[in-house]
Amino acid sequence: MSSQTINKVMIGFYVFLFFAYLFGPLLVMSVTAFNTPSYPAAYPLEGFTLDWFVKLWNHKAMMQGLVNSIIIGIGVICVSVPVGLAASIVMNQIYHRARSLYYLVTVSPVLTPGVIIGISTVIFWRDFSEMTGTRGVFYKGIVLAIFGQSSFIAAYCLLIISARLQRFDRAQEEAALDLGASYPQVFWHILLPFLKPALISAAVIAFLSSFENYNTTTFAILADKTLVTVLAGEVRQGTTPALSALAVIIIVISLLGAIAYEIMKRHEERRSAKLAEQAKRAERGELAQGPALAAPA
Amino acid sequence: MSRLLVYLIPLAVIAAFVVMARYERRLAHDPTHRGFFERNGTVLGLVFIGLVAFWMLMLVVLPYLYMVQESFHPKLVAADRGGPKDILTLDQYRSFFIQPTDGEVNTTHLWAFFFTLAISALVTFLNFAICYPLAYYMAQAGSAQKVRLLMLALIVPYWVNEILRAFSLRLLLASKGLINQMLMGVGLTDAPIDFLGNNVGLYVGLSYAYLLVMVFPLYNAIESLDKNQIEAARDLGASWFRIHKDVVIPYAKPGIASGCTMVFMLSAGSLAAPQFLGGPRTLWFTSIVYDFFFQAFNWPRGAAYAFILLAACIALVLLMLRLFKVSLGEAIK
Repeated sequence: MSSQTINKVMIGFYVFLFFAYLFGPLLVMSVTAFNTPSYPAAYPLEGFTLDWFVKLWNHKAMMQGLVNSIIIGIGVICVSVPVGLAASIVMNQIYHRARSLYYLVTVSPVLTPGVIIGISTVIFWRDFSEMTGTRGVFYKGIVLAIFGQSSFIAAYCLLIISARLQRFDRAQEEAALDLGASYPQVFWHILLPFLKPALISAAVIAFLSSFENYNTTTFAILADKTLVTVLAGEVRQGTTPALSALAVIIIVISLLGAIAYEIMKRHEERRSAKLAEQAKRAERGELAQGPALAAPA
Repeated sequence: MSRLLVYLIPLAVIAAFVVMARYERRLAHDPTHRGFFERNGTVLGLVFIGLVAFWMLMLVVLPYLYMVQESFHPKLVAADRGGPKDILTLDQYRSFFIQPTDGEVNTTHLWAFFFTLAISALVTFLNFAICYPLAYYMAQAGSAQKVRLLMLALIVPYWVNEILRAFSLRLLLASKGLINQMLMGVGLTDAPIDFLGNNVGLYVGLSYAYLLVMVFPLYNAIESLDKNQIEAARDLGASWFRIHKDVVIPYAKPGIASGCTMVFMLSAGSLAAPQFLGGPRTLWFTSIVYDFFFQAFNWPRGAAYAFILLAACIALVLLMLRLFKVSLGEAIK
């Protein structure tokens, strides 16, 4: 056996181990969701049941938490995508050294421990809303959770959007301006359509990060509950296969999402290849016509 | 008084920033340059600035400053706030070192503090060791199709939230869990091993939670390395070990620094893994902060502890970056 084959086998084995580590616990948990014993066990398999899914469906607090999580997720999208967009446009337009400072400050929430973001959000809005007499408006679990989560999720959006903004061709803007468009028109009709894919992925990432956040939310949510904080309470109290059932649902949705994403990506690749081909053909056609038109003159 | 200071600091930073931007614009001597409002239109320009200002001031800077400010106050009921009892004090910070109740050295909290930082560093190192080969393989050996599939396989488990991932590890490692069942079935041990009690669960849980955070920066850094450099080193007779030590790792240093920084900060600040996988006697620093908020209702002391943690983490990260000669800008790219 050559050393290359040995290498390949070893790498294959390592990749297998890595993904076993990654997926193993989730697989075992999924099995417990369908097994009958009330203490979640993967082995021995005592019988197949869907009871744990029914139990989950009837769990009032968890359903209420789910509703709150969705409201908060939508709120976070509404705050952090526009903020991320504005922040990336501002970053794109300032000079080098000021830009590094700006970058450092805006990305710092990503590196701050979530616990600290949660605590600081609660303390600030408690005092601020008291000072301005707006306690009834702002000092609420759902509002604070949106604010706390947005503080770092906006930075994710900034990173995603500015990655695409950097590839924006300024010539397009110049052309539109030369043709008589105003600046706001350039923004609405040229820049926003160009950024659309980045805005969509920013919104998806924002929702997902909000939905699964624990560290910040557990402080910022005050007396309310989200799905994740309800889950945390359940895990602290003990273990039930109903939690595994919830995990199974999330895993299935994730897998479907991943497959949809893969299909969309392939579809998009095929379409852009087709468009490029069409453009090339059109260009060739124009070039062929060009001299013929010029000849009579 | 201290509240006034809280509002003055961000104003000073904004002023410094505006001056800097002005100064650099003059330095650049760009005749085609248009002012910010000219380029975006007045209304949109104001909206952009307004949104960024709202984010930075109301969601980031002012909350941080308020937290720091809170930590210098005594614990008060709502009615006493702003009254004569509302003085500035260092008591909350002193209580970290010396217990306010009996004047003894606060060994419990000091120990928890060092334990948290040491374990976070260990987990960071562990994750680097686990993830480096995969990142290298994905960046240098895999085909584009394969890499995309691997990426997807890496991301999908992370859509399951932290709590459920901790829960799944608990099912595996519990005394009635699958691993103990297997060990006892094979006959390696007679009685179940208490993985959760002796913190093995905590270490595994932390490492498991932040694998992805390490893989991606490493992958991004190694991916841009020219394959010819590795070929050249190999042709010149470098061993497998030397190629990594002298070619790949120096090149990928910013990515390594960025991955390590993220994993370290995240695990030092993590709450789920220590709460659900730590042993009953394990005191993680964030859990202490959590208890100050939800059990003792002592917000100032919780804020002080949170600030101590943040300051220590930042100091450690900066120290490591200095040691490995990576600038902060490179690490957070």
